[in-house]
Amino acid sequence: MTFLKFSVSAVALCAMAGVAEARDNLQIAGSSTVLPYATIVAEAFGENTDFATPVVEGGGSGAGRKKLCEGVGENTIDIANSSSRIKQSDIDECKTNGVTDIMEVRIGYDGIVFATAASGPAFALTPTDVFLAIGAKVAKDGALVDNTAKQWAEVNAALPAQDILAFIPGTKHGTREVFDTKVLLEGCKATGAYDLHLAASTGADDDAKKKEAETACFETRTDGASVDIDGDYTETLARMDANPTAMGVFGLSFYENNTAKLQVATMSGVTPSVETIASGEYPVSRPLYMYVKKQHIGVIPGLKEYVQFFVSDDMVGPEGELTQYGLVPDPELAATQAAVEAETVMGPLE
Amino acid sequence: MTDVIAGAVPAAKSLIEPDARTRARNAAERRFRMMGIAAILIGLLALVTLLASVLGNGLSAFRQTYIEMAIPLDAAVLDKAGDRDPEKLAKVTTLGYGKLIEASLEQMLADRGVDTKGQTAKQLMGLLSKEAASDLRQMVLAKPDLIGTTVTFPALANGRVDGFFKGRVTMESAARDSNISPEQLEVAVLMKEAGVIKTSVNWAFLTNPDASELRPESAGLGVAILGSAYMMVIVLVLSLPIGVAASIYLEELAPKNRWTDIIEINIANLAAVPSIVFGILALALFINFLGLPQSAPVVGGLVLTLMTLPTIIIATRASLKAVPPSIRDAALGVGASKMQSIFHHVLPLAMPGILTGTILGLARALGESAPLLLIGMVAFVKDYPSSPPEGFFDPASALPVQVYSWTQRADPAFAERASGAIIVLLVFLMTMNALAIVLRRRFERRW
Repeated sequence: MTFLKFSVSAVALCAMAGVAEARDNLQIAGSSTVLPYATIVAEAFGENTDFATPVVEGGGSGAGRKKLCEGVGENTIDIANSSSRIKQSDIDECKTNGVTDIMEVRIGYDGIVFATAASGPAFALTPTDVFLAIGAKVAKDGALVDNTAKQWAEVNAALPAQDILAFIPGTKHGTREVFDTKVLLEGCKATGAYDLHLAASTGADDDAKKKEAETACFETRTDGASVDIDGDYTETLARMDANPTAMGVFGLSFYENNTAKLQVATMSGVTPSVETIASGEYPVSRPLYMYVKKQHIGVIPGLKEYVQFFVSDDMVGPEGELTQYGLVPDPELAATQAAVEAETVMGPLE
Repeated sequence: MTDVIAGAVPAAKSLIEPDARTRARNAAERRFRMMGIAAILIGLLALVTLLASVLGNGLSAFRQTYIEMAIPLDAAVLDKAGDRDPEKLAKVTTLGYGKLIEASLEQMLADRGVDTKGQTAKQLMGLLSKEAASDLRQMVLAKPDLIGTTVTFPALANGRVDGFFKGRVTMESAARDSNISPEQLEVAVLMKEAGVIKTSVNWAFLTNPDASELRPESAGLGVAILGSAYMMVIVLVLSLPIGVAASIYLEELAPKNRWTDIIEINIANLAAVPSIVFGILALALFINFLGLPQSAPVVGGLVLTLMTLPTIIIATRASLKAVPPSIRDAALGVGASKMQSIFHHVLPLAMPGILTGTILGLARALGESAPLLLIGMVAFVKDYPSSPPEGFFDPASALPVQVYSWTQRADPAFAERASGAIIVLLVFLMTMNALAIVLRRRFERRW
């Protein structure tokens, strides 16, 4: 029975040690798009300050916000990274669990790019082309018909005669939302399909009709020309290795790390880069956020310092480390820095 | 046979020449043998393909390119006050050390007469890892006496330069790569010729912690190996005594009735439960209810204990069953108590089987990743956990989840690291399995 005694005492010892020790590292979770930026900052933060290196987890924007809203206390996370804005349902859940003070910190913008294999021909796309290639229903002679386009050249004579095969982010990705609203919807409106959907919709009022038409525009082909990827960009890249004629949707920073394999398509004549996205010329981009649990400032050591370090010019400024890695700097960074300094809690969503 | 009876005169049969039916039976056996060999070949082919792809991608992770240079640690830069006060020394950030390295690099290239092809200082610094400044800073902070002297410092080369000397990056791909240019690589080639760039065994891969996307070249398995080791200690300390105690009771002491039957069936069921279910249980029970910390080896160890217990109980019961009843009877016959017969005779004889089962259970737990996904161990953890028992509660990573998180990184250099991590994991697993086989061979007894 000595084994049993030993193990029981070992467990007891562990439990006591756990109670005695307070958490001294930050816990961060959320968007896998923000993850590489957050790890870069965490690494530099741990290296150059006396605080422990924060522990950064991925898992997705929605999952991260949910974890943030689990409550206040040492075994809940301190910051949720998010590639889409927090939803009212999250805020409500946070309130019920006692998380009342959340700081919203916009860290910059992420560009979304279309890329093909470096060995193939170059693409110059417009939202119309993309919609005509992978939208489920397109307008033809004033009526909505199923999309049957086989090659890019059929969509737009200026594009290469290459089979249409697009790997787009799955619906659970934050990236998909931007892809839907900034590319598919634009193309849908430009080709007249939106108006046809609007005329055909059966919604109760104008708002409902608009919503229905938009949702119809977001539908993509199910005949294999458009493939949803639920995994990471690495999965998209692996699928493109297997299908060299395919087109993939990536984040700008992922593309910039893999320029040896990929070439980027221009959108409406603009090549995506940190500069063109910052100036707003390149249309497909979205803001990235950190949601900070203000109630943990002063409780978990280093929380405010980490957020300040993150939004410092050295990191996310025009010449910062993250900008060199592919993050698009926020022109209103100074306001964000001031808000972090003053620990401003976010107001209600407009 | 009916032919023999039916025929008036049985046909003379040769014992040497097989008849048609014998030939058919022999052919059927040959076909079956061939199928068996084919099945084994398919299995081997799968193994060889796996090993070839993992070794082909991952072996290069065990070598690393360094740029060796002499760095004068200028006291005017690093210690303005001149009193070697650790707090003041820590004020100099990696930016300050980076400038020091930049100056030394330029100086060294000029001294060695390496043609820099008109590359700017910033472009030359691109040949070095961003980790170099941090390494140098740590070296100085650990030993402030070095300030004022000139140290020989092997700086990590950038992941692209490292990849170039390993054949992963070519001049062609560099021309399209925004992170490195062919001109930079040409300078690197000249530096190699001048003996400045060296490739050596990468022990840091086994000891370094994880690193961010900016410096894949410094990423290592240190935290993951520690985390896995901590978890294995917890699994061993908990599951072996609990599993053995449960098996002894069920096998030797418990009455055989409906309750013990139900328990027995449920243990077998538990062994077949998918591991992700244990992860969900751990999240609900250990983290949300008991309030244990996230990403901590203690939670991982507890959930893996739950997973390993059925394996150990089943193996232990099988080896207890294999001990012949005559040994128990003999012990009881000379006046030993039930407990004495178990602990003096049955358990020692069953020990090899128990240990084999335990090691196989541990090997399975070591390679398990699914339940760890849910308890926050797939995280970027840069700090080493402290020594046990406090370290059990510090955030850590684990070998299989480190593989998972590296395969998701954008920089292609991480693919090499992921394969390298798989090799390390396979080596651990093979060692454990080999140990189990040796134990069984050496100590197993047959009656």
